[in-house]
Amino acid sequence: MGGRVLLIEDEPNIIEAIRFILSRDGWAVDTHSDGATAMEAIRRRRPDGVILDAMLPNRSGYDILADLRGAEDTATLPVLMLTARGQAKDRELAERHGVSRFMTKPFSNSEVLNTVRELVPR
Amino acid sequence: MCGISASYLNLIEHNRRRIGGKLLVDIARTLDVDVAALSQGADQALIDEIRNAAESAGIAEAVEKAEELAGRFPDWARVLAEQSRRVTELEVALETLSDRLAHDPFLSASLHDVLTTAAAIRSTSAILAEEEDVDPAWQARFHRNLYEDSRRLADSSRALASYLDAAGDTSKIVLSPQEEFHAWLEEQAFHLAWVEEGAPDSEDHRQIAEAAALGSAAAQSLARAHVAQYRLDAGVMPKVRVLDILHDAGPDPARLSREFSVDYPAVFRRIAALADAAGFPSVGLAVCDGSGTLIFRKSAEGFPTPLFGAACPLWPLYQALSRPHAPIREVIELVGRIPRRFETFTFADSRPHDGFDGPQITRSHMLVLPAPDAGNHPRISPVGTSCRICPRTNCEARREPSVIGLVD
Repeated sequence: MGGRVLLIEDEPNIIEAIRFILSRDGWAVDTHSDGATAMEAIRRRRPDGVILDAMLPNRSGYDILADLRGAEDTATLPVLMLTARGQAKDRELAERHGVSRFMTKPFSNSEVLNTVRELVPR
Repeated sequence: MCGISASYLNLIEHNRRRIGGKLLVDIARTLDVDVAALSQGADQALIDEIRNAAESAGIAEAVEKAEELAGRFPDWARVLAEQSRRVTELEVALETLSDRLAHDPFLSASLHDVLTTAAAIRSTSAILAEEEDVDPAWQARFHRNLYEDSRRLADSSRALASYLDAAGDTSKIVLSPQEEFHAWLEEQAFHLAWVEEGAPDSEDHRQIAEAAALGSAAAQSLARAHVAQYRLDAGVMPKVRVLDILHDAGPDPARLSREFSVDYPAVFRRIAALADAAGFPSVGLAVCDGSGTLIFRKSAEGFPTPLFGAACPLWPLYQALSRPHAPIREVIELVGRIPRRFETFTFADSRPHDGFDGPQITRSHMLVLPAPDAGNHPRISPVGTSCRICPRTNCEARREPSVIGLVD
């Protein structure tokens, strides 16, 4: 059995696909779609790792990442950030906020799966 | 059926067993279809396209299974190939337009939508192509998702294409209305000959409508506003009289302002419009709004104004924003391998919009002339063109690192 992953993404079909491949690999997957309440969801679900979309409704993934790194209980939580904006400045922004890994859309399923396996404790 | 088991037929149907000869003929007869329809299998071009899509995605397993996907799900394979073609086309467009992304919210949102949908399609189709033993209910669900996403991608691609088409041909895709407007001004050498020759207002419409450089309605709107202002300036400061003064006293904004009782911005515009005719080809004019955005750019020879992004914050143009209604005369030195000096006249005006309740609208205008005598100026201010390409190291106003070698 894998650990628990929280997928914070607002695109339903991406949620379905990622949930499917991670679940098949033994991970417990929770999902959340709203940026404004994402921190609340992370605290409630207590995941072992987070997959975070950069552009979410109501609050950006970068702001959520900054909050995660600023809080004692989530400062070291593994975060894989997904984004359609793959310019160097977007990557730099994510790295400045302390992202564990940065991945641009469209991504491959195996990339996501392998990264989760690397980052998140089973 | 035809003397074969259901499981063997299943393997044939899923491209896992090849058939031919009598068995193929028997199955075709039983199913009442043409033998060719069964024997030709998946179209090789289609397989190649899917293979290319898988290769470009870097999924080796999918490359190997391209033929199987095309054989088992030919319709979805065509959808995947079509979407892959579209994504490739859009990636090319994306590369071309990447510099524009930060400046065009519609384009940015559209491309974000296209890439997000492409991500969903790629992920879903990879599950269908690569995962073994996917439950039929999940398969149906993923097929439905793929269908929804391909429709969404078609819609968002069409919207994007329409948006880009609105700007005209491919060379104009990358032009914003401001850029179109400035391209048109440069074609005119910043001098509207038909206005100077006394053509009636009705000619303005024809000139703007027939200008190839003004492809968008927004650019035409900017041109109309400019022509209206140009007519006002030319009415107050007739060309013949302005040229007489310029020939007599040189481009002296204070003298022209006194002579015609007009404000400095109008004088600057008039000098910039008539500089060539008066024999002063190196006159530049930059105008920015209260946000510092350049809204008018006529480059003086050796003093370029940046096309994208902000200019040097040390330009008197920006200094004047904090000193509205105070005329500023300053000699500046543009740093570079061979520094060049210019005399600048700057004036920012600020006027209320919509009475007492509206905001103040501020604009700064900077006239740039070659410095007449470089040695006799008590104060010379070093400036650059834009931080990104400025070689100065000891500048406290620097916004971002330079991409070129730095000098002290």
